[in-house]
Amino acid sequence: MANIKLSAEKLDELKAICKSFKNDKGELINVLHKAQGLFGYLPAEVQEVIAKELSVSVAHVYGVVSFYSFFTMLPKGEYPVSICLGTACYVRGAEKVIDEFKRILNINVGETSPDGKFSLACLRCVGACGLAPVVLVGEKVYGRVAPDGVKDIVAEYTK
Amino acid sequence: MAKYKMHVLVCGGTGCHASQSDLLLDNLKTIVADKGLDNEVQVIATGCFGFCEKGPIVKIMPDNTFYTQVTPEDAREIIEEHLIKGRKVNRLLYVDPENQEHIADSKHMGFYKKQLRIALRNCGFIDPENIDEYIARDGYEAMAKCLTEMTPQQVIDVMKKSGLRGRGGGGFPTGLKWEITNRSVSDIKYVVCNADEGDPGAFMDRSILEGDPHSVIEAMAICGYCIGGEHGLVYIRAEYPLAINRLKIAIEQAREYGLLGKNILGSDFSFDIELRYGAGAFVCGEETALIHSMEGYRGEPTVKPPFPSVSGYFEKPTNVNNVETFANVPVIINKGAEWFSSIGSEKSKGTKVFALAGKINNVGLIEVPMGTTLREVIYEIGGGIKDGKKFKAVQTGGPSGGCLTEKHLDVPIDYDNLIASGSMMGSGGMIVMDEDDCMVSVAKFYLDFTVEESCGKCSPCRIGNKRLYEILDKITQGKGTREDIDRLRNLSTVIKDTALCGLGQTSPNPVLSTIDNFWDEYIEHVTDKKCRSGQCKALLQYFIDAENCVGCTACARNCPVNAIAGERKGIHVIDQTTCIKCGACMEKCKFNAVYIK
Repeated sequence: MANIKLSAEKLDELKAICKSFKNDKGELINVLHKAQGLFGYLPAEVQEVIAKELSVSVAHVYGVVSFYSFFTMLPKGEYPVSICLGTACYVRGAEKVIDEFKRILNINVGETSPDGKFSLACLRCVGACGLAPVVLVGEKVYGRVAPDGVKDIVAEYTK
Repeated sequence: MAKYKMHVLVCGGTGCHASQSDLLLDNLKTIVADKGLDNEVQVIATGCFGFCEKGPIVKIMPDNTFYTQVTPEDAREIIEEHLIKGRKVNRLLYVDPENQEHIADSKHMGFYKKQLRIALRNCGFIDPENIDEYIARDGYEAMAKCLTEMTPQQVIDVMKKSGLRGRGGGGFPTGLKWEITNRSVSDIKYVVCNADEGDPGAFMDRSILEGDPHSVIEAMAICGYCIGGEHGLVYIRAEYPLAINRLKIAIEQAREYGLLGKNILGSDFSFDIELRYGAGAFVCGEETALIHSMEGYRGEPTVKPPFPSVSGYFEKPTNVNNVETFANVPVIINKGAEWFSSIGSEKSKGTKVFALAGKINNVGLIEVPMGTTLREVIYEIGGGIKDGKKFKAVQTGGPSGGCLTEKHLDVPIDYDNLIASGSMMGSGGMIVMDEDDCMVSVAKFYLDFTVEESCGKCSPCRIGNKRLYEILDKITQGKGTREDIDRLRNLSTVIKDTALCGLGQTSPNPVLSTIDNFWDEYIEHVTDKKCRSGQCKALLQYFIDAENCVGCTACARNCPVNAIAGERKGIHVIDQTTCIKCGACMEKCKFNAVYIK
């Protein structure tokens, strides 16, 4: 068992989450959803605790975490930027929008900026195809984003 | 229920929500209260009206006035002019693009004329967070009829006779599926609603769950009655917070009314529903993968048989149906199998919901009878191609489907016709493409998706699709050969024949259908090294038109690699060997002197 660096308080919260699902291994995905809500991401030590509580191997937990794109093992930025790459957004030029974000933030998709402010991700269809191309910053939705509008969006969060 | 003289319906679907319809709703409510109208006017948020292109939408009942692109600031004008003085706010009405006339009543709009709303019957009509409104529209009547007047077999017979087929894409007859699950002997059986809508560019199921969650709950209970199961599970994407929330509220209200729970309506039948969350894996739309995911495992599919109807969730018989399929069930029970089977084409009955998107004027959610042609959908409902461009292709069926062209426009849409044309119905995504789209790049886009979403269990899908992607990438980089096209075709056939599940068996469809329908374009890419739509960057060259260039030096100053030479007030030239084709020069040139070839 690796060293757990989580604070005792967080550890209790995590165990309470597992317990709220009766430590049932069939509820693993629901537990992971809650845990990611608590920590923002799922580092190895969190997965180890969950594995122990649910009486499954760490490999099993890791297998599930790495399988689903919703789960992440890296912390996201303070302002997570997600660009929709659904087909509707793609044909309306989402790729150029991604390139512009990459250029302005100087990070690649899946990375977080060194100051921890922005992270960049792609997602598949938020269902707002009428507003394509769509960009999400946190929960806020920006519709009909053109490449030259990217700098204004970034500026909103760098004041 | 209070009797209101007027109802203000505000679209609360995701698209309109993203354009501040929540703020608009608040403003309307506040102003109505300020004016002391709250006893006469009811303001509610409804589900999706479908016309997402012109959102946010506000509809005033009973006169059926349809306002488009309403901002939160417009709330006051709508109330003061329309509700109080009875004058329509002209500037917010829909303008017919053909004759520039203002149209107040949605029934007369091209977008709605050809539509027939069965699955979407309540979306945009009722407040999805209020069970009374659903009941007022005959809600839960079908369930009551089944429980009190019909045996499970009678209900199954109605479903079979109606001809309803699975709307998730497979098209399996729903009644037959229920019958098979009914015949499986077990102490416990499950009803599962597949709400893991993963197709990029499709949002049908989400709109139903957001706009009319009770129709799905009612149908799941009816299904439970038919198969002899007491447990319902909805497998829903965690990326759909609004739908999850509305579904939770609806389940809670149904329990309070005794429409879910023990001994429903005094019968022996008990039924309840729980939610299970997906976590972003396209393959989980496949029913065996979905079941593994619900059990807490990686969502990997297994070989069928055994079918879930025999051995599914925790090895118990499990009936999996998609959201839209369920939404059709209560109406079929209420109106009868004959009514339903009178709509649609010979082998595909009823209607189908499509998410119409891409390069089209009226993006939105539509529902049309089976047998409607693609031309009617694209030109009459969709209002034609954006910016007056030329139609090139329409992609149906998402990553499992194919691209159809001009010559398919008059094909009546149904399950069998679409397959015969080299595509498929899929769950209902319909993406329109124009002359600016490169079909090789489109195929590559879908393969990129499949490669990422392949679960990795079987090698044809895991390795084969990756190779397909690489060959397509090579072609878009201008390094492809004639042999590569043959290779694509061979490999695609092998993957289709050998992959384990529906995802792998259909993933080469975008490649095959684009090769078949856009052969010239592939040949241009590999032999002439040209991309006619200008999408494949590597195949482009930037030039400066000597006639238009005034020598302002803007391009040279902005070129990141110093590939442009020229004196001030002299004609500039791009050095093709240094140019990285970033397009900065073209963007900066104010004289339209930079062009691509």
